[in-house]
Amino acid sequence: MNGDYQMNPVSRYFRNIWRGFWTVLVGMKVTMRHLFTPAVTVQYPDARMTIPERGRNRLYVNMDDCIGCNQCGMACPVDCITIETAKSLPTEDLGTTSTGQKKRLWVTKFDIDFAKCCYCGLCVPPCPTECIYMTDVYEFSEYDRSKLNYSFITLSPDEAAAKVEQAKAAEREAAAKKAAAAAAAAAQKAAQPAPVPASAQAQSQPQSTVPATKPETQQASPAAAPEPSRDNGAEADKNVSLKEKSE
Amino acid sequence: MHNFITQYLGTGFLGGLLSAVLPLLFILPYALVTIWLELKISAHMQDRVGPMRTGKWHGWAQPIADVTKLIQKEDIIPAAADKALYLLAPALVFTGAYAAYAAIPFSPAYIGADINLGIFYIVAVSAIVVLGILMAGWSSNNKWSLLGAMRTAAQLVSYEIPSSLAILAVVMVAGSFNLNDICAAQSGWFWNWFVFGKFPFLFITFIIYFIASLAETNRAPFDIPEAESELVAGYHTEYSGMRFAFFYLAEYGNMFVVAGVAAALFFGGWNSPFGVYLSGPVWGAFWMISKAMVLVFVQIWLRWTLPRFRVDQLMYLSWKILTPFALVNIFAVGLWVVLR
Ligand code: SF4
Ligand code: SF4
Repeated sequence: MNGDYQMNPVSRYFRNIWRGFWTVLVGMKVTMRHLFTPAVTVQYPDARMTIPERGRNRLYVNMDDCIGCNQCGMACPVDCITIETAKSLPTEDLGTTSTGQKKRLWVTKFDIDFAKCCYCGLCVPPCPTECIYMTDVYEFSEYDRSKLNYSFITLSPDEAAAKVEQAKAAEREAAAKKAAAAAAAAAQKAAQPAPVPASAQAQSQPQSTVPATKPETQQASPAAAPEPSRDNGAEADKNVSLKEKSE
Repeated sequence: MHNFITQYLGTGFLGGLLSAVLPLLFILPYALVTIWLELKISAHMQDRVGPMRTGKWHGWAQPIADVTKLIQKEDIIPAAADKALYLLAPALVFTGAYAAYAAIPFSPAYIGADINLGIFYIVAVSAIVVLGILMAGWSSNNKWSLLGAMRTAAQLVSYEIPSSLAILAVVMVAGSFNLNDICAAQSGWFWNWFVFGKFPFLFITFIIYFIASLAETNRAPFDIPEAESELVAGYHTEYSGMRFAFFYLAEYGNMFVVAGVAAALFFGGWNSPFGVYLSGPVWGAFWMISKAMVLVFVQIWLRWTLPRFRVDQLMYLSWKILTPFALVNIFAVGLWVVLR
């Protein structure tokens, strides 16, 4: 265009008109071509785009594999995962996860509030059993925000409450037993002075407050004891074998 | 007689009324169809699909839904508006657009008023639209409206000159102001149409008329009167509901008027492109309306192709390009007619 200003005004005038027409025609050609190119629109509810493989949408927790370790809850930056667990009794067998880990905790509450969730996906990698993961569900809007608080536990509320009670009871028993043992040790110590008083007292003190309220549970289950150590060994073995397999 | 209604019913009250209402029965469905077309065409030109859901098939009912919505909306009158003018303006704008239909030859058997100064009447009556728009802009008591109205006035007055000169060139060739006679003068095969006559002068005339007519309909690229990005919506910023719909209807009505006039002046009006084949009153209406609709499509096409003119460019185009060309053109055509 700059060259135009060196032309004489008359030819510039006609050239300008010619260019005006020509560029309009070029523009019309462009729009006409686009009129017949297929639209890029994906008509959403009828047709959907495929979601990227690692897209972050609604979470799902496979409770069969969850060991209730709360790693996901701790990783979450907005604290929208609420997990409560109750210890299982040694007599109960909760089975193992698909990765071979032994489950020891009843998960009595596992809520993810998707109204708070920012879909950052930070909860996914810490899970030791890979049971919390992103699905491809992204249409779950609700009229009521409270409906976005999803509960994933497989136990019914009554069952969960029962498990909590049972765990509490077991804890009390264990504590009572410990207190009794401590008392016996103290009696022994009184009989023959021994050199380890401080640590025994420190261990027994926090729990010793509990059994005082309900001493009758003491007799109820004599089997309530600290978890057998062989389980830990077995689990460690399994983990090792798993690692070897994956390697 | 070129009006079958007055032929059968006489020119009394009933005949006159029916004859006046017939174009309205055409405008309403035409406007709905054209609004839908515009939605779809603009969408596809931008690689979108436009309305797809209303009425199931490609959103065909979208304009109906829009109009229903507009009817239900509250009719807001600004407190500081000049009420009488404010209420009258949309009616006046639509009247100006609608009055022009009286002289458009829809078919050899129907022209609302078969007057000798038909095309002159259309040019004159279209000027009422300017009045209505000025009224709307002034009475709204809003700076955007007023600016839009003043731009409209400047634009329409400027572009009326090249468009009138272009029309005059055709009138000289046809030797009549009556649009029916102008159509009749182009009968026969399509090479008798005036666009191809006196080559290239009438073709240039057509281009000049078409550009000027685009400006008269206030559509892009000549939509500075309602330039959304600068003036909100120009002269109809304050209007809502049914009154806004009237402006809308007037715009689409006007589009057809200028397209119909262009079709009648340059493309043989109701003449079949194939001589006597497929001609007659009904086919005549078909050809007239399809020719006009093709031109309406070109208007839509241009609207979605070109950006808006600046005000100075607008004036430059009218006064320094179209008007001198139209003058030279009319001189050349006149010479040709005289020397024939
Ligand atoms: S995706 Fe992010 S915000 Fe949502 S639950 Fe997981 S860690 Fe929390
Ligand atoms: S990190 Fe995995 S196993 Fe641990 S509580 Fe969360 S979901 Fe359950």
